[in-house]
Amino acid sequence: MEKKSVGSIILTVVFALLSLIWLIPIFEVLINSFKSNAFVNLEPFAFPNAESFVGMDNYVKGMTFGNYPFMQSVGYSVLITVVSVALILLCTSMTAWYIIRVNSFFCKIFYYLCLFSMIVPFQMVMFTLTFTADRLKLNTPYTIPIVYLGFGAGLAIFMFTGFVKGLPLEIEEAAAIDGCGPVRTFFGIILPMLKPTLISVGILQTMWVWNDYLLPYLVLDRTKYMTIPIHVQYLKGSYGTVDLGATMAVIMLSIIPIIIAYAFCQKHIIKGVAAGAVKG
Amino acid sequence: MAKSKKRKASGNSVTSMLIRRPIQKWFPLFILPTFICFCIGFIWPFIQGIYLSFCNFNTPDDATFVGISNYVKALSDPGFVHAFWNTAAFAVVSIILINVAAFAIAYALTQKMWGANLFRTVFFMPNLIGGVVLGYIWSMIFDGILKQYSTYLTANATYGFWGLVILVAWQQIGYIMIIYIAGLQAVPEDMLEAAKIDGANKWQTLFRVIIPNVMPSVTICTFLTLTNSFKMFDQNLALTGGAPQVIANGAKVNMTELLALNIYSTYNINKNWHGVAQAKAVVFFILVAVLAISQLTATRQKEVQQ
Repeated sequence: MEKKSVGSIILTVVFALLSLIWLIPIFEVLINSFKSNAFVNLEPFAFPNAESFVGMDNYVKGMTFGNYPFMQSVGYSVLITVVSVALILLCTSMTAWYIIRVNSFFCKIFYYLCLFSMIVPFQMVMFTLTFTADRLKLNTPYTIPIVYLGFGAGLAIFMFTGFVKGLPLEIEEAAAIDGCGPVRTFFGIILPMLKPTLISVGILQTMWVWNDYLLPYLVLDRTKYMTIPIHVQYLKGSYGTVDLGATMAVIMLSIIPIIIAYAFCQKHIIKGVAAGAVKG
Repeated sequence: MAKSKKRKASGNSVTSMLIRRPIQKWFPLFILPTFICFCIGFIWPFIQGIYLSFCNFNTPDDATFVGISNYVKALSDPGFVHAFWNTAAFAVVSIILINVAAFAIAYALTQKMWGANLFRTVFFMPNLIGGVVLGYIWSMIFDGILKQYSTYLTANATYGFWGLVILVAWQQIGYIMIIYIAGLQAVPEDMLEAAKIDGANKWQTLFRVIIPNVMPSVTICTFLTLTNSFKMFDQNLALTGGAPQVIANGAKVNMTELLALNIYSTYNINKNWHGVAQAKAVVFFILVAVLAISQLTATRQKEVQQ
């Protein structure tokens, strides 16, 4: 290792402090999730003490808080995210390959429409999308992935085509000469080569679908189905006198899976987000 | 390049027969499902959205054509005008704050430092949490702080505005920092060495060598923060929801509302406002599209110069 100057030690200390400050909001949720409601209101920045500490009560309460079981929201969130992202990855990678290799007039039109869709804000289509989804019965967690595929296709196709353009034709020609059909070529040869882009697109779309509030709020039949963001907003918005302690517990429960996932694939996530940002 | 051109001339028909035509036969599998979903999720709602912005409607079935009166109403709505200036002010403040802070952090983290990776991980983390949850967390924190001065977040539009700035800065500095780090790492090592040999001090190196070299990242980041601020919705909704509301010129104006939230709340007033909300959405789309296209051209120009 090289010598560290005094300056770099000071910088390290400053950044260590700054990182701690950065984490205060999360920490704040954590300590408040162990305090009873009155104390969250009264002294939100105090540590739980003998008087205010309620153990896991808030977590237990949070599970059924707001007349809707929290675990059901989690279940729907997981279902929608997993199915939507899988569908987006599979369909758009196939489409991107088709667009680049066939390159017909229709393909070009479709590609430019995808680029165009990337600059259209959701507010432009949200009301009409809600009507369309209602009419086509896409308002359940089982069918909403179709809406996500439709609205999310733009960015995914854009990123996949960027990668497919760089793949050498020779491999596919050799495969074709050996009698390998397009379907097998795609799943056996192309898809494994697409892995880095699959990871990037997968992470970007997961972050989008998992945290998305407005699209499922408008499209889903709200009386029956909630996702985590809808659940959190519902607790805040329309639940009369809010039990802050229990709400903090619910928020904590919704953050924990994200932090665990982040701890495990931090490098992929940062790389994927950077790739998406530079291209988008 | 020359090689690939030659290839095209001689091997185009072979390639076409071997690859293009066989794939084309699989049209229904490879492209049709995505295209149908794209039509359902984007093209049809977009076209219908433009049509309905010229109509009075409750649902698309009872739409009656009313010409441009929705646009007249939308542009003369004080709430919409206020939301526009609010959004513009918010965009300017957050662009400057986020970019300066993110660049400073990225610059420090690319120096030799212990734990730089850990710090990077921490700063990036808020990005992964959804806007609604973030809004809720920060509204609790701001209310807790303001309580000591016996007031609360939605009492005053100034609190709401700066609250949103702080929230968004906290969320996005880490994201923008990542892009700056990538840009800083791409600054050629020999340029830095040459500057050192020529006796440039740290500040001279920073302003004369490093910043000119990361200009492409600056362009990307500026426009990312710009479009993000214009499209801001979840955080706005969860933090203040537009409150406080005042009456100005006989119309209700939500003081901390940004454009996206204004469109949404206009729609929810009652069915007479559906068309106006859709007209506002079209105006909003044009605004965002103009910003995004100028981003693309600006980035292109920078790339050509490189």
